[in-house]
Amino acid sequence: MSSVILRTATRLLLPLLLVFSAFILLRGHNEPGGGFIGGLLSAGALSAYALAWGPAEARRVLRVDPRTLLGAGLLCVCAAAFAGIAAGREVLTGLWAPFEVPGLGKVSTVLLFDLGVHLGVVGATLSILFNLGED
Amino acid sequence: MAGLLAILVGVLFGAGVYLLLRRSLIRLIFGLALISHAVNLLVFTTGGLVRGNPPLVPPEAQVPPAGHADPIPQALVLTAIVIGFGLLAFTCVLVKQVVKTLGTDDTDSMRANEE
Amino acid sequence: MLWTILLLFGLAAAAPLVAKFAKGASGWLLAAGPAAILFAYLAQLPILPGESRSEVWEWVPGLGVELRFVLDGLSATFTLLITGIGALVLVYAGGYMAGKAKLGQLLSYLLLFLGSMLGLVLSDNTIALFVFWELTSISSYLLIGLDHERESVRSAALKALLVTGGGGLLLLGGFVLLGIAAGDLGLKGADAFSISALADLDLSAHGLYPAIMVLVAIGAFTKSAQAPFHFWLPQAMAAPTPVSALLHSATMVKAGIFLLARLHPALGGTDLWTALLVPVGAVTMLGAAITALGQRDKKRILAYSTVSVLGILVTLLGAGTVVAIEAAVVLLVAHAFYKAALFMVAGNVDHGAGTRDVTLLSGLRKAMPFTFAAGAVAALSMAGAPPMFGFVGKELFYGKLVTAEARSTLLILVAVATNVALVAAALLVALRPFVGSSAGVAKNAHEVSAPMLVGPLILAAAGLFVGLFPDVFDATLGSAMATAIAGQRVDMHLALWHGLNPTALGVMGLSAATLVLGAMVYHRTRRLLAPLAEALSRLRAIGPETWYEKGLAGLVTGSDRVTRGIQTGYLRHYVLAVVVAAVVLAAPPLLRSLPGAAPLFPEAPRPHEALLVAVAAASAVAAMVLRSRTAAIAALGATGAVIAMLFLLFSAPDLSITQIMVETLSVILLVLVLSRLPRLVTRSSRSRRIADLAVATLAGGTMALLAIAATTVSLDPEAARFFAAASYTEAQGRNVVNVVLVDFRALDTMGEIFVVAAAGFGIHALLRLAPETGGAA
Repeated sequence: MSSVILRTATRLLLPLLLVFSAFILLRGHNEPGGGFIGGLLSAGALSAYALAWGPAEARRVLRVDPRTLLGAGLLCVCAAAFAGIAAGREVLTGLWAPFEVPGLGKVSTVLLFDLGVHLGVVGATLSILFNLGED
Repeated sequence: MAGLLAILVGVLFGAGVYLLLRRSLIRLIFGLALISHAVNLLVFTTGGLVRGNPPLVPPEAQVPPAGHADPIPQALVLTAIVIGFGLLAFTCVLVKQVVKTLGTDDTDSMRANEE
Repeated sequence: MLWTILLLFGLAAAAPLVAKFAKGASGWLLAAGPAAILFAYLAQLPILPGESRSEVWEWVPGLGVELRFVLDGLSATFTLLITGIGALVLVYAGGYMAGKAKLGQLLSYLLLFLGSMLGLVLSDNTIALFVFWELTSISSYLLIGLDHERESVRSAALKALLVTGGGGLLLLGGFVLLGIAAGDLGLKGADAFSISALADLDLSAHGLYPAIMVLVAIGAFTKSAQAPFHFWLPQAMAAPTPVSALLHSATMVKAGIFLLARLHPALGGTDLWTALLVPVGAVTMLGAAITALGQRDKKRILAYSTVSVLGILVTLLGAGTVVAIEAAVVLLVAHAFYKAALFMVAGNVDHGAGTRDVTLLSGLRKAMPFTFAAGAVAALSMAGAPPMFGFVGKELFYGKLVTAEARSTLLILVAVATNVALVAAALLVALRPFVGSSAGVAKNAHEVSAPMLVGPLILAAAGLFVGLFPDVFDATLGSAMATAIAGQRVDMHLALWHGLNPTALGVMGLSAATLVLGAMVYHRTRRLLAPLAEALSRLRAIGPETWYEKGLAGLVTGSDRVTRGIQTGYLRHYVLAVVVAAVVLAAPPLLRSLPGAAPLFPEAPRPHEALLVAVAAASAVAAMVLRSRTAAIAALGATGAVIAMLFLLFSAPDLSITQIMVETLSVILLVLVLSRLPRLVTRSSRSRRIADLAVATLAGGTMALLAIAATTVSLDPEAARFFAAASYTEAQGRNVVNVVLVDFRALDTMGEIFVVAAAGFGIHALLRLAPETGGAA
């Protein structure tokens, strides 16, 4: 799997796909997309990169261990869940910031939850595939 | 159309069961994947089939247009797809380790190893 | 009353810690609990005939189960016996097991048992009573099996558990039927399970009465070791002596007697009652008394004599007349005192002289004077000699028989024979070890420590005191107890001396004859009864114990065979079993529902959709039959991709994208894994493949039927309507599916993401943490 075309394509496509997955995550609340799809997209892009350049190189590009991402995702999900309780509401109740952040729109614990799903999916998928690739 | 999809569910499930009944663990993986597809499709069809009207709220509206597709089976199936991937991955690795340890993917000879 | 039970359970939990720190004193310390409860209940005395104090706690109101406790003459007597003897046994156990590692365990189990037993006798609700009943079975299992390192001990404990537990199950059946019958007769809710409410009903007229009676009687017989269920009790002597003193004097085995006494007002007074109890009791009392004489082990002699006394009690309750019940009351209390004392004496002799074999023991009176004194006084009571309480009991027993009609002549003979044997047994356990030459084991014998003497001495003294002043007992408790059993007011007037009238003289004559005959039998024990015991033990070979053992062995081999039959070890057999069972169960109702289903094709399928379905089906079949791994993976991927297109066509863009992404990753995954796995080969025979294909076709057909049936079921539209309406207005999201995922049903998603994480970590563990060395372990 070390064709020049694949290598070049993945190197060019990787940043594009990662940015696109972030975009998918953000727009997911209003249009098709969201954490699952965004996460799968990132994972797909990085897996393709790993296929072309090898898992070690992919890990280097990713910089963090996939399991760290997985943990961070679970943390985000839990934080979003308990934010509801901290605010004196039911667990997992969505809380919305009263202001808009440029480029992100309204921030909310729901977005944090979706981010957690995104990171969780990326982390789990890459952890599986990298481990397999290196085995 | 529901009839056609029902038949597809049957074909996918039947093929999956046939593969589960093989002695090869690798075919068992394929069987699991096909059965996942069958079940996802089954849940999806129970919500009723609607063409070209996804459960999205248009920019200027407050609610989705009348006659939109049921969002609940979709949400169920979406998580099921991702879980199915997790299951598939885990099974793959398990099979791989079993074959690595026992040197075969024949379930019948594993029985001999048990005793 | 609840607090007393909870206190005992609490102490049971604390006992191991207490034993760890207090060591030798722990018996004394823990005995304070039951002793305190004893005094608390003593303070409630006197209880007058017909008086009952109750206390109600809700437990499972929906099922009519409540913790309703009743303190009346019957439960109060048992409560005092349980806590009093319990406290003494705890002290005794502290001495008996001093310095042993299992002391804490023993004390804990003893307290657990005491709490269960207390709950049993205080319960007024049949279901609650059953729960405590089973708790006593379980805790006695633990107690009997204390020395579980020995195989014989384990089998003895298991025997006790299976027999009493099995009887308990029948009892539960009886209680359920009882509740149904009570419901038919007008009791509602928890009242239908309340024992005191049952007494007012005419249950004997109900159609279920015979079944209830038989089930309850078997439950009582198993617990109280009546023939043919008696065999567990002598075996249970494998337990340490303090356990025997507690279980086989006043508590465990009396639970069956208690149950019969408690239910007598509700179920008694019928021909069936008498016909069930009297023959069983009579056979048990005579058989066990004679068997007792054939034993060498002191504890086994006592065990069989216990069975015999239980038989007498069952007979008396079966007769059900006022005099019989008075006799049962006195005998029950007297037996509790002397039997607990004699068990402790047996334990002391074992400790002091190193054996319990009566043929080896002699001349211990000098070495163990206190033990001898306690044993002698208790044995007098057991033999029914004046002025002991046992004498009062036996007088009443005989009185009941003498005043009864002529048909009981046989019963009189049985009773006299039984008592003769019991007199001989009493002399055998309490006299023979202490008199005669002190040349043998007595040379090295020594008296035991104080904790082991307190119990037998107090109990023997109690039996003497109640015998000398029986009117104290009948005024404070006895009349109330007899009243509670009889269901009508009974005023007991117990006395040692009944004056000069024909009945009293006849009874006294029988008593005297019994004592004389008993002494004669004792003197000729070996010569007279050894052959008889021999014959009895040969009878055992065809008796219930053999059935039990054969049954148990059959159960083990049977389940072994069934397991081997079902668990073939072939993965495909398991799959086949699941699939075939599902098809057989699901297909017929699905087929029946088919005619009512909506028309399959209300419109002609659109060509492009039909084509997609055909492609998906074709690739699935290809994945099924292809022999190249790569080709199979490609076919699998194609199936998924087409399904993604179908999702897109039917208004599910999110699903479609997810499916495509997952499919891509799955292909990468499969390629990565399968490149390291062996090639696909065909292993099954052609006929096997055809058979499997048939099964698969049936399974697929059933699934298709299910899919068709599912389209006719309309899901509750309320949830979908709410999600659609609230998605933007409340959750500020226009993509309803995503809002459902991350907001409305976020908890599901949270669970799901954790599952995915678990799969990730699991795979990491499988790949990275597995031992590097290959080969089967």
